[in-house]
Amino acid sequence: MILPGFPDAAPLAGLGGGILIGLAAAVMLLGAGRIAGVSGIAARAFGIASSSMPRSGAWAFIIGLPLGALIVTQLSGAAAPGFAGPVTIAIAGLIVGVGTRLGSGCTSGHGVCGMSRLSQRSLVATATFMATGFATVAAMNLLGIEVLP
Amino acid sequence: MIRDNLVPLASGTIFGSGLALGGMTDPARVRGFLDLFGNWDPTLAFVMGGAVLVMALAWLLQKQMQRPVFAEGFSLPDRSDITPRLVGGSALFGIGWGIAGLCPGPGFAAFAIAPASAAIFVAAMLAGMLLVRLVEGQ
Repeated sequence: MILPGFPDAAPLAGLGGGILIGLAAAVMLLGAGRIAGVSGIAARAFGIASSSMPRSGAWAFIIGLPLGALIVTQLSGAAAPGFAGPVTIAIAGLIVGVGTRLGSGCTSGHGVCGMSRLSQRSLVATATFMATGFATVAAMNLLGIEVLP
Repeated sequence: MIRDNLVPLASGTIFGSGLALGGMTDPARVRGFLDLFGNWDPTLAFVMGGAVLVMALAWLLQKQMQRPVFAEGFSLPDRSDITPRLVGGSALFGIGWGIAGLCPGPGFAAFAIAPASAAIFVAAMLAGMLLVRLVEGQ
């Protein structure tokens, strides 16, 4: 399906992926009684933050992420996407790590789990990281900084 | 013990498949979405919309439940205070997200797609998290 005006968009795959992400978060909420927030669970798995979540469970969730991605990429056979160079990725990762700890969450915890619950904190957090995400890409484009191959 | 690990494993696996299917593990797709003032790609709005819709239904179900299916009780955040830390941290996160087109979930999922890139991203992210912990002296 092609979205009028956006020939490069993949709305159906996007919606399908979103529904799966929502289901995954629902399994965590209704099954384990917890928020499927990746940054928080990662911090728990690596012993950076304490939480009531069993550490082995945090690891199980983290290991599931590439497992699920592997299943989809094997089934779809799509070409591997391009990633930024190592220095760019390291800088971005460092900022993401600091930001998600200070902001208590990322796209999953705030953007999916919190927004759907109409959490005030998550609404503010999501609006904020979307705004700075937009601004960052706009600024980089304006300066002619290209990071992807 | 098994249920403590199987539910998160199932959740993580479904999550990772959704990330890959939706295009979240493709930095060009993510940065295309964040390129609101340029050649905007709305795909991620569909990802976000689908995920939030399903999760909103899950929250409705959750309100009717005394306890989760495989645990003794719910462990959910209950804060509602908007702090400079929340806003500043989220602002930083968005900048990092925009630079490389990766957020934490896809960073881990990318181990299945581009392991070297994923390893650098995750190592740097954990270093950033550790930095916050060290500075705050927790």
